[in-house]
Amino acid sequence: MSWLWVFVGGMAGAAARYLVDHAVKARADTPFPWGTLTVNVLGCAILGVLTGLSAHGGVPEAVRLTLGVGLCGALTTYSTFSYETLTLAEAGERRAAVVNVLVSVAAGVGALLGAAALAGSW
Amino acid sequence: MPSAHPTPRRGSVVAVVALGGGLGALARYAVGLSTPDPDALPWVILAVNTVGCAGIGVLMVAVTERWDAHPLVRPFLGIGVLGGFTSFSAYAFDVHHLLEQGRTIIAALYLAGTVVAAMTAVWAGAAAARRSFPGQAAP
Repeated sequence: MSWLWVFVGGMAGAAARYLVDHAVKARADTPFPWGTLTVNVLGCAILGVLTGLSAHGGVPEAVRLTLGVGLCGALTTYSTFSYETLTLAEAGERRAAVVNVLVSVAAGVGALLGAAALAGSW
Repeated sequence: MPSAHPTPRRGSVVAVVALGGGLGALARYAVGLSTPDPDALPWVILAVNTVGCAGIGVLMVAVTERWDAHPLVRPFLGIGVLGGFTSFSAYAFDVHHLLEQGRTIIAALYLAGTVVAAMTAVWAGAAAARRSFPGQAAP
């Protein structure tokens, strides 16, 4: 049964990533990968909330698998993040590539740590 | 390169992205089950992300510079399978987990090491694909 939760969550997460990326790209006409940055920070924040809540033991295994491993896991991506960074660097946008890495890591990890601390203190 | 294929409908793209994402997430979960020790070093997600980044490097060169692939191949394999396999949230979770355990130096090494491994992998994957696949020289 656990496989099904991960699969369903992964399907929803990847589809949501595609749709959000599309929507962000349609609004921000720039080579900077705002869409991937948005989904990565959003997914880290949701996983942070789950992590904070589970510190009290309040998150059932099926929810952790569906939302944590499946949805947040697939809503966020490392492969597209690295490829878009490489594309920026190869296009001569070295500074934008470095900024993308620093902002993605700081905002993504920061969102998870912050959300986990907030949700854990409830 | 110009494509001989018609543009797919948006619904078809979302469907193959979702299917690929489900399969990618399952593969990541399966790799994770192979090392159930929660106190082990976070090799699982580091390995998953590095392999996935090498994969996207190879795939993108193949479908954008070498072959006129069917327009659903890139959404299925790139956005779906590899996007769902690799995970930024699992990476951030590992950093949080290491910090909670008080392993601050390991957390910092993991934080930076994943970035270095991922960027090296995507670059090496693309470079290997450009060398290995027949076609025009890299732009």
